[in-house]
Amino acid sequence: MGAAVLSVSGLSKTFPGVRALDGVDFTARAGEVHALIGENGAGKSTLIKVLTGVYRPDPAAEPGTGVITYDGSQVEFATPLAAQHAGISTIYQEVNLVPLMSVARNLFLGREPRGRLGLIDFRRMHREAEQALGGLGVRVDVRRPLRELGVGAQQMVALARAVAVDARVVIMDEPTSSLEPREVATLFGVIRMLRARGIAVLYVSHRLDELYEVCDTVTVLRDGRSVHSGPIAALDRLRLVSLMLGRDVGDVREEGLTKFSGSHDTEAQPILEAQDLTVRHQLRGVSLAIRPGEVVGLGGLLGSGRSETAKAIAGALPPDSGRVVVAGVPVRTGSTPAAIRAGVSLLPEDRKAEGIVPGLSVRENIALAALPGLSRFGLVDEARIDRVVDTFMKRLRIKASGPHQKVGELSGGNQQKVLLARWLAMNPKVLLLDEPTRGIDVGAKAEVQKLIDELADDGLGVLLISSDVEELIEGSDRVVVLKDGAVVEELTGDAVTEDRLMRAIAAAPAAQATTAAPGGDDD
Amino acid sequence: MTDLSLGGRTRVDRDRLLRLLQDYGVHLGVAVLLLVNIAITPHFLSAENFRTQAVQVAPVLIVALGMALAIGSEGVDLSVGSVMALSTSLLSLYLGYGMWIALLVAVLGGAAVGVANGALIAFIGVQPIVATLALMVAGRGLAQVLLPQLKDVHDPTMASLGSGDLLGVPYLVLIAVALALLVAFVVRRTTFGRQLLAIGDSRPAARLAGLPVRRVLILVYVCSGALAAVAGVLATARLTASDPTSLGNLMELSAITAVVVGGTPLSGGRVRVGGTVAGAVLIQLLTATLIKHDVSPSWTQIAQAVVIILAVYAARERGKR
Repeated sequence: MGAAVLSVSGLSKTFPGVRALDGVDFTARAGEVHALIGENGAGKSTLIKVLTGVYRPDPAAEPGTGVITYDGSQVEFATPLAAQHAGISTIYQEVNLVPLMSVARNLFLGREPRGRLGLIDFRRMHREAEQALGGLGVRVDVRRPLRELGVGAQQMVALARAVAVDARVVIMDEPTSSLEPREVATLFGVIRMLRARGIAVLYVSHRLDELYEVCDTVTVLRDGRSVHSGPIAALDRLRLVSLMLGRDVGDVREEGLTKFSGSHDTEAQPILEAQDLTVRHQLRGVSLAIRPGEVVGLGGLLGSGRSETAKAIAGALPPDSGRVVVAGVPVRTGSTPAAIRAGVSLLPEDRKAEGIVPGLSVRENIALAALPGLSRFGLVDEARIDRVVDTFMKRLRIKASGPHQKVGELSGGNQQKVLLARWLAMNPKVLLLDEPTRGIDVGAKAEVQKLIDELADDGLGVLLISSDVEELIEGSDRVVVLKDGAVVEELTGDAVTEDRLMRAIAAAPAAQATTAAPGGDDD
Repeated sequence: MTDLSLGGRTRVDRDRLLRLLQDYGVHLGVAVLLLVNIAITPHFLSAENFRTQAVQVAPVLIVALGMALAIGSEGVDLSVGSVMALSTSLLSLYLGYGMWIALLVAVLGGAAVGVANGALIAFIGVQPIVATLALMVAGRGLAQVLLPQLKDVHDPTMASLGSGDLLGVPYLVLIAVALALLVAFVVRRTTFGRQLLAIGDSRPAARLAGLPVRRVLILVYVCSGALAAVAGVLATARLTASDPTSLGNLMELSAITAVVVGGTPLSGGRVRVGGTVAGAVLIQLLTATLIKHDVSPSWTQIAQAVVIILAVYAARERGKR
């Protein structure tokens, strides 16, 4: 194993109110592919941003900690450009190139070969671009605009650009999330080539199969700390998953830590059936059923297709194929109003961006979806809205200075309750709850959990997505486990345990263990 | 201001003062201008003067009402000036069938431009500034094709609409006031108004809440187009001539100015009808004052620019909160 190229020790980064990184230790060595993994909010992206000069780390509490060591000396990158010049290249999830410029211009952006008079030497640029891409096994016309290339080829251009600048460290943030299996294979070839050249590769991904295929070492982040670092071969999948989720396998826990009560009656006919939902690169034939009065959990790691499943059912993500049937009647997919009319409502994961309308009052937010029903001839019936708003503010115990306070000023928990009230005012049949308790304080969390329970008791079908394993296990009557956009297991009855959930997530792919990539069998 | 700049306690006062200024600064501005004029401008308080000012501001105000709706939906409508030109052309062409039919055709023409704007924005996803820019160019062109040159309008009903009055209040002003009240009512009391604000504030949230985003957006631009067409008709009536080449030139900028000065944020989610009215009046009074005191037109424009910058500065402070 090569020498340490880039390392940090005791690195912390604090944002107002949040400690994103809390004493992280991490070392990337030359000629090694280093996996960086962790669930949502573990601090991966913050760490990458600190390493690449986007953020500054917190000042060190004691000497020798909180510093970045690059190539044997202590550094502090003032800007992303400085990090790039020093030899740290980053390929982001979203390709950050200029789509309208030619492939060659993109490759040489900012360092174009100049001829006489300082003009760009296009002939040389095109020749060198072809060589650089050819070296990665990519054959394209470098004179064409970049946007005409497929996403995979664009990613290769980004990679070629990263390598061409004499990088010593290449950071890849979920590089395979939009690649076809063949492209993934090419990418892995390139990664191995980089490793052979003595470059340190930092690889961020949620796909366990990929990690085991291409990575040498792994660092697991959780809640802003590095909880494990070492060779990936020494770590079995189950152990890796339990490190990420922070739960021990086989560890018997006492129940009742959450506010969920026991199970619900689950004998009735399904109120909602999703059949073979498929979305390119995201979902591969997901099917599930929800019965009235039942809480169905959706388990899986980040990026396994949990939110996408909920969005596809709610009409917010048009599926390429598949059906959604509510109470025996098929619902037009890809239309939110159609889903809502059928009685399916989604509490989105990103509450602030997709849920609340921050500038409007509590009252307007609650009445938003139900507005047509609360109006006559297009005129709003204020008295009826007042009654509805009053009912739900009391029932959900929404704490606000009054119905006219702006929702943007409320706490996270109360915002979430406002959104719940918005949907309950529609008398839904099925509620899809995507991370309903994320980012809200403990007290409000318990209240929301209790509320979910009550709603199920009232006969609603509930789909619960949660990264909190405890919440998922205790809150759900059944758990459907997703992996790489497909259902891998369904836990029912006594099998709804943390242990079984983690085993299901960690399970190796069934048949072929070759280039295990999502979308491997599209048809 | 100096005593407000120190200490944590005064910080709160300063915030509140700023917010008050953002919300009511434009009304304050109008009041100050009125007082200044009463003090320094001769014959300012005459009925004739008020009448002139009000008649001049009416078309701008009507266009600005539609613009406020477009801006409230996080868009903008640059085609309003051209719609005025189109409506004056249509009015001239159809006046032979009788004034009411001509008026109806003119307003429908404006609404049709609105449908085109809205469809480009809602279905094809063109940025509002680009979509309405296209219609701004096309609309003026069409207006000139329909009526290649200035044409006098000889119609007694039109003439009385332009210069007549009811109990001393010009029809133009009455219509502008009625439309302002109507728009205020629509924004406050209708589902369309509520949905418009939600869409302007957070489009992803509105979409996930199942709102008919496309229908609302199209309706917004139809309203804006129809209001601009009404303004075009009224301007024609006042001038007793149709001039598709110059009518409504730069009207989109005057309307945006009135809306922005009136405190409607460009980021959408809010429509201030009262503020828009005051904004239009403020710019009108400012211009009139400077002209009355023989300040050259160039300085008038610079004064307008200062008012716009002040308004945008206030809005910036709001955005930071």
